[in-house]
Amino acid sequence: MKEYRPTHVGTVTKYVFVESPDVTPEELALKAYEISKGMMIKETCFGLQVTGKPDEVDEIIRRIREFDPSHIFVKDRGFPPGDPRRCRANLGGARPGFHGHEYELPLLRYVSHGLEVPIGKTPEPMRVERKNKLEFGVLKRMMESQEP
Amino acid sequence: MAKVFIYPMTSLILSDMVARFGHQPLGSALAIRERIQTPSVESPPLQITPEEPKKGLRYAAVEVPSGVRGRMAIMGPLIEEAEAAIIITDADFAFGCMGCARTNELLKYLVRNRPIPKLELRYPTSEEEGEKFVAALREFLESLRGKGS
Repeated sequence: MKEYRPTHVGTVTKYVFVESPDVTPEELALKAYEISKGMMIKETCFGLQVTGKPDEVDEIIRRIREFDPSHIFVKDRGFPPGDPRRCRANLGGARPGFHGHEYELPLLRYVSHGLEVPIGKTPEPMRVERKNKLEFGVLKRMMESQEP
Repeated sequence: MAKVFIYPMTSLILSDMVARFGHQPLGSALAIRERIQTPSVESPPLQITPEEPKKGLRYAAVEVPSGVRGRMAIMGPLIEEAEAAIIITDADFAFGCMGCARTNELLKYLVRNRPIPKLELRYPTSEEEGEKFVAALREFLESLRGKGS
């Protein structure tokens, strides 16, 4: 067994996704560099990855969101950027986690639309009713009714 | 600020919405980051060591496959830590292999049995549903204000 020595200890990495008609990832990266104060920022095809100390990352994320609040989405990432265990340059094929993003990215425009609705004009919230499964007693009665 | 468990645990939409409305999303990235940043024996890619299936015994019996127990060692503590939960019921993309699928079933079962506020939703498929989706999240997350640590 080999000893594991972690890198980037004490940092957090966050994904910033931009799905906006007005802001491109390139523009967002330029704006983020301006306010980054030496933090690690990586531009990607969907937005950015921001790595740094937790407080500093939170602050930069707050300011990045201000560029287009309803079209910029943020989530945590477990690995630092370019980590050989996750980076597509080393593995080939789709990056692990890509399929989840691929599924949710087309839905972001509906969420953005929902966020842009003024608070006073919000519709009735979505309610999901759980389907009741067939009760055991009912199944037993059905089986018994079929027996000769 | 409440700690809100999200399912799917890798969901971008839920993670963003929970943080946007002032709470802390509990997703798998937090647990993975903790392992990635802790010195131990090298066990790529996720630093899941043979210790993890043992820790998973807290959540699943010994005859349950080690894949499920290993995953539960990562995700189980987040459920215990959660002060509220949001579940998307039609998250088919979270299916994965049988280990993932069975772990997902166990996760949802454990969350539904915990005495914490819960919200169940479907992914929006139109702008109208998007409005209702955001309205439900806003209502739920604002009701959590003042709760939690």
